Amino acid sequence: MADEIRALSAQLAQDPQSLVFLRLGEALRRKGQLDSASRVAMNGLERHPHLADAHDLYARILTDKHDYSRAFDEWDMAVRIAPNHTGALKGLAFLYFKVGDIAQAEAHLEQARKVEPDDPTIDQAFEMIRGGARAAPSAAPSPPPAAPAAPAGGLDEARVFAGLEGSNEGLLLIDGAGRVLGGSLRDGSGADVTDSVAAYLAGVSQEAARTAKLLGLGAWNGLSAEGQHGNVHLAHPTPEALLLVVRERGTPLGRLAILAQRATAMARRWLEQQ
Amino acid sequence: MTKGGPLDLITRVRGVRGAMLVSAEDGLIVAEQLMEGIKGGAVAALAASLAGRLRRAMEAAGTGTSVFWHLQAEQGALLVVPGGNNAGGILVVAVAEPDVNIGLVRLELLRAAETML
Repeated sequence: MADEIRALSAQLAQDPQSLVFLRLGEALRRKGQLDSASRVAMNGLERHPHLADAHDLYARILTDKHDYSRAFDEWDMAVRIAPNHTGALKGLAFLYFKVGDIAQAEAHLEQARKVEPDDPTIDQAFEMIRGGARAAPSAAPSPPPAAPAAPAGGLDEARVFAGLEGSNEGLLLIDGAGRVLGGSLRDGSGADVTDSVAAYLAGVSQEAARTAKLLGLGAWNGLSAEGQHGNVHLAHPTPEALLLVVRERGTPLGRLAILAQRATAMARRWLEQQ
Repeated sequence: MTKGGPLDLITRVRGVRGAMLVSAEDGLIVAEQLMEGIKGGAVAALAASLAGRLRRAMEAAGTGTSVFWHLQAEQGALLVVPGGNNAGGILVVAVAEPDVNIGLVRLELLRAAETML
């Protein structure tokens, strides 16, 4: 095992863009070197943010660290990227089982079985779940992430995103004409770039809607972009409004999408109150 | 279609309904491999316009220019790799079904963009 890790590390050092980080991260995880495994997975995710296997690897490491909430986010992202990713489906089933949601656990396993009907581990998981469900209600070491509770009291204009993780940075809500409704943005040097970014984004929501319609894709749900130094996610809380979330490049796109989802729900509530 | 080569690898991915090379400057199609019924010209123009706005907004926000973006919709996705000036300002665009492996399409789009350097 140590030789394998050494060889894989050397391979990765030689070609940092290669997918060998998946094998190295898994080898470290199996050896119980979770912090090292975590670093390898994070570096890999930074280079390959849309690789479902990378999110799956990171989720397994987080599960070993008993960080079930973030593991849920990562497996959820893996399934968004590759809906038939059986590793992620099994992982989500495991986490649902952990919190006692047997129906969801079975539904995810069922989906995995449709993709890989001959995978014996799926049958074993089914047996475990059904046995576990009969034996006793499962303990719930950590619940999967839930939607954030609505802030008490009304939201004021300056605090559209009050209570949200990272609400004081990288969140911007604008209307169809590019007017700022809430949030603010600063660039790497700390300069306020809120108004210029908002102006460039004016009309993006309508253009995205037209593009999706022309392609026969139905309504658009979001737009994710990887930049050289950061990642962004755009969502539309209402047909005209646009929400922008900006995070540094190291932030996994899964976390970014989930943060955007929560910010969108808050912005929608705030806009309804106006 | 003189630049059909790079598109072959993209359209070979399961769930991809078509791919195009689009001029980022004027939104015109340079090459295309699209399934019937997709209005390539209009989509190319809108994709170029979206790419331009996104590029300017991201540069202003300090994230640098975009290396990949994708528009997610109820019944599919539009995935774009801006080829950059070295690739003649060409956008590599794919239209995909909702259950496509985005990671795989992204890789093929990046490879296609590299072949144009």
